[in-house]
Amino acid sequence: MKKETFDVKIGLAEMLKGGVIMDVTNADQAKIAEEAGAVAVMALERIPAQIRKDGGIARMSNPNMIKEIQETVSIPVMAKCRIGHFAEAQILEALEVDFIDESEVLTPADEANHIWKHDFKVPFVCGCRDLGEALRRIGEGAAMIRTKGEAGSGNIVEAVRHMRRVQSGIKELTLLDKSELMARAKALGAPFQLVRQVAESGRLPVPNFAAGGIATPADASLMMQLGAETVFVGSGIFMSEDPQARAAAIVQAVTYYDDPKKLAEISAGLKDAMKGIDMAEIPEGQRLQERGW
Amino acid sequence: MPVGVLALQGDFEKHRQMLQRLDMESIPVRYPDNLKDCSGLIIPGGESTTLTKQINYANLRAPLLEFADDKPVFGTCAGLIMLAETVDDDRVAPLGLLDMTVSRNGWGRQVHSSTEELKLSFSAGTPFQAVFIRAPVVTGTGPSVTILASYGDQPVLITDGRHLACTFHPELGEDCRVHEYFKRLMDV
Repeated sequence: MKKETFDVKIGLAEMLKGGVIMDVTNADQAKIAEEAGAVAVMALERIPAQIRKDGGIARMSNPNMIKEIQETVSIPVMAKCRIGHFAEAQILEALEVDFIDESEVLTPADEANHIWKHDFKVPFVCGCRDLGEALRRIGEGAAMIRTKGEAGSGNIVEAVRHMRRVQSGIKELTLLDKSELMARAKALGAPFQLVRQVAESGRLPVPNFAAGGIATPADASLMMQLGAETVFVGSGIFMSEDPQARAAAIVQAVTYYDDPKKLAEISAGLKDAMKGIDMAEIPEGQRLQERGW
Repeated sequence: MPVGVLALQGDFEKHRQMLQRLDMESIPVRYPDNLKDCSGLIIPGGESTTLTKQINYANLRAPLLEFADDKPVFGTCAGLIMLAETVDDDRVAPLGLLDMTVSRNGWGRQVHSSTEELKLSFSAGTPFQAVFIRAPVVTGTGPSVTILASYGDQPVLITDGRHLACTFHPELGEDCRVHEYFKRLMDV
């Protein structure tokens, strides 16, 4: 992979910063997202909350549905493929989606290997729960990292846990002596060169976004203050009582994430957020975040 | 006086890092009041539909137009779209600061994005490595406009002597020459 090509992939992630990426399941929702100021949409057949309820195997979306959304909006269109399912990724690349999410929301196709993402011209985003997982995905070629959180839960607690783990992992690396980095790379299960790069720069080599459980403007502000550079909102918008107003409010909340007065204005007047699920109600073994490694 | 960088959405931090490399101070601009302390303004890359919404929400449209009356504005990619006179998409409300017509996403989707070498008319040095991301295309320019760099027959870096705009992302590379040009516009 030429450096210029990887820079062009990361470049698109840079352009999405300070914005909101919204899950949409049809062209009408995509239009609502674009009108609300979304920087990109994620085209999928069922939002995570529905996938969780319906059960069964969740796969890549139907190409016709993706094309319809591409024809409707002018902003980047992303789509998900199953973990390790490089044939789905090849099809999404042929459809010219702008970003592929190799996502734990879909049923994994390979329990041992993720996709070798350097082979693709289209950039990839992958989920992570900690720094080691983030660096493994970047090593495979991910141009953007997001927290896994717990998709479809409407509960921010897992996204917070994952973002804090990534950020404290980075801070710890910057304090280590050079001679300690190899042992840390071993403990993290992460490529040594990337560990060294993060130790020197104090940041991930690709943009770091938040996902998995964001349902309110305050959730978006929280994730931005914890170090996210953009937020994904999945079920939080179209499972709420007021998708249009909520979508626009979360867009404002990301721009003014550090201005509580403005956030109070933005949050006022919204109807009920999605109901959400306490983590105790999702037993271990049924959590989407446990898919992939 | 510092340079303002519109920080509503997009890669504004990359511009601020580039200005820092040139020993220039910068401040993020999110409120109309921020503009009164600035010697110039950069509108970064991002999504022009989002920037349109956010400029309206922040009540920044009139203050930006007033600012641009006597201070230079530099737009990259989505920022160039916002500077245009006309855009081929009514989802975007450009500011009309530079006499040009623009086609959004003229390069197509992300798989058609690339890095290309450009010759800068004001610099005899090595070619400029320009990163184009879902870039717009300048489809026409008025008589007040000078073309500083082209890709094939497409103008990609233009100025009217006060404002500056490019369809690529000089803030993403290491080469400071385009930002240095903007610095000279602010010194005039």
